[in-house]
Amino acid sequence: MNNQNTQTIPNQGEQAVTAIPYKKSAFSLVMTVLTWAAAVLSVAVLVFLVVFVLARGVGSITPDLFSLEYSTENASVIPAIVNTLEMTVIALVIAVPIGICAAIFLVEYTNNTGKIVGIIRITAETLSGIPSIVYGLFGMLFFTIALGLGYSMLSGAFTLAIMVLPLIMRTSEEALKSVPVSYREASFGLGAGKLRTIFKIVLPAAMPGILSGIILATGRIVGETAALLYTAGSVAQYATPMSSGRTLAVHMYVLSNEGLYMDKAFATAVILLIMVLLINAISSFFAKKITKG
Amino acid sequence: MKAKSSFKESAMRIVFLVAACVSVLAVALICIFLFANGIPAMKEIGFLDFLLGETWRPSNDLYGILPFILGSIYVTAGAIIIGVPIAILTSVFMAYYCPKKLYGPLKAGINLMAGVPSVVYGFFGLVVLVPLIQDVFHIASGKTMLTASLMLAIMILPTVVGVIEPALKSVPRSYYEGALALGASHSKSVFFTIVPAAKSGIMAGTVLGIGRAIGETMAVIMIAGNQPAMPSSLLAGVRTMTSNIVLEMGYASGLHRESLIATGVVLFVFILIINLCLSLLNRRAAHE
Repeated sequence: MNNQNTQTIPNQGEQAVTAIPYKKSAFSLVMTVLTWAAAVLSVAVLVFLVVFVLARGVGSITPDLFSLEYSTENASVIPAIVNTLEMTVIALVIAVPIGICAAIFLVEYTNNTGKIVGIIRITAETLSGIPSIVYGLFGMLFFTIALGLGYSMLSGAFTLAIMVLPLIMRTSEEALKSVPVSYREASFGLGAGKLRTIFKIVLPAAMPGILSGIILATGRIVGETAALLYTAGSVAQYATPMSSGRTLAVHMYVLSNEGLYMDKAFATAVILLIMVLLINAISSFFAKKITKG
Repeated sequence: MKAKSSFKESAMRIVFLVAACVSVLAVALICIFLFANGIPAMKEIGFLDFLLGETWRPSNDLYGILPFILGSIYVTAGAIIIGVPIAILTSVFMAYYCPKKLYGPLKAGINLMAGVPSVVYGFFGLVVLVPLIQDVFHIASGKTMLTASLMLAIMILPTVVGVIEPALKSVPRSYYEGALALGASHSKSVFFTIVPAAKSGIMAGTVLGIGRAIGETMAVIMIAGNQPAMPSSLLAGVRTMTSNIVLEMGYASGLHRESLIATGVVLFVFILIINLCLSLLNRRAAHE
């Protein structure tokens, strides 16, 4: 049995890994079928989810869903979309400069040793493992109560900024690391200082990767609910930075929680899903750009 | 001129250092604020009464969160039991069985799964899984522990695959070739040499999945039933620590509110332990 199997495997290079010599062995057959089944199942769930939500929801998208003023009857998504944009912009304005500067420090100013670097890495790892509800609690205790910001877009944006910080740090760090050392050496060789090299040479070259991280962070912010319920609150209105407002994801939760307007909830799910999938697609477009160089 | 630019250089170095320390500050603040607000409530209720109390009835000043701790653990265990084998098989498929043409779309699909917001997953669970469980098992409500576990198994899949697949790929090719040379088939080489060699990566993926599942809030709240009682069976409703916080924080006050923050502290400690395990595993993987 084994003899025959070895013969069916081409022995040169890449092909050997992708060969599927299952024909002569029950074990191989079973395992091949199982791995295929698992992969098909994973993708089928995603496809089913997207198709189901779209099929049920698209029909429920009516013009009054996009009325400029929210009322309980039209359950308009426009205020929620405006709030989502506002929330995203504020959170990114806070998190992106900090995240990129932190990544620059880690990549350009340290050689990955030393106590400070270790502590920064451990804390960034810790932050990325903290669930969003814990961020929500912290945001409520710190920004809403201790700093006196109340239920407001600012409280929510600060909370989300901390939440996406490790993501931006990690993707920026990887992007900076992928810039060849020869770029830096050439820049130093031409007499440029360290700062000039970073801002004129390294950052532009790392931009697609950094952008991909920022867009990924945007997706997290747009889809976030648990961290916002008790920081930004859930008032359905156009919110100023100092007032409470619900983002689209929170709006979606409130709608499906009330259970009164399932059609509206479906329609909102469609809009939210399309937004987030688009954002993720754009992010991976930029990520591909950097791997291709 | 020279002095000015070197001042700028060192000033910016400090700016970068400060930015890098923001994450340290954030973790410190999170710890301080959660513990400072949660520990006093635990003391007032009594640590053991709080952690091991079986009754949660804030109106009678009974604050036992054991039902929610167990709820979180059971739901997470269910998600791991269902989700991790599928994730391992999917990762093996992606790394060693996948035809080249399929790899790109498959990877993109798995990445998209990671991007779907948890409230959309929750909504999907509410309109698809809940009625399904209800019909299959002929029970009054499909909002059960099983439903939540199934949903979480789907939700952690991209996270777990994202760790296991690179771990499988990083196993040296010589392992595979050595197994082939000894006469093993492709499947035997993959499952008996490569998968065991990627053990710590698989462990790390599982632990990360546990962290995601135990911390998930919105999807669970929408489909788990949320009864504040000891979890009784797979087909009964369950309330997790995360749902307990969100459900009652809106109207809680006084000790009730503080006990919810204390619930968050317990969850946070769980997460810290999971993170610790994860970094130990990653360190071990790096040494291998």
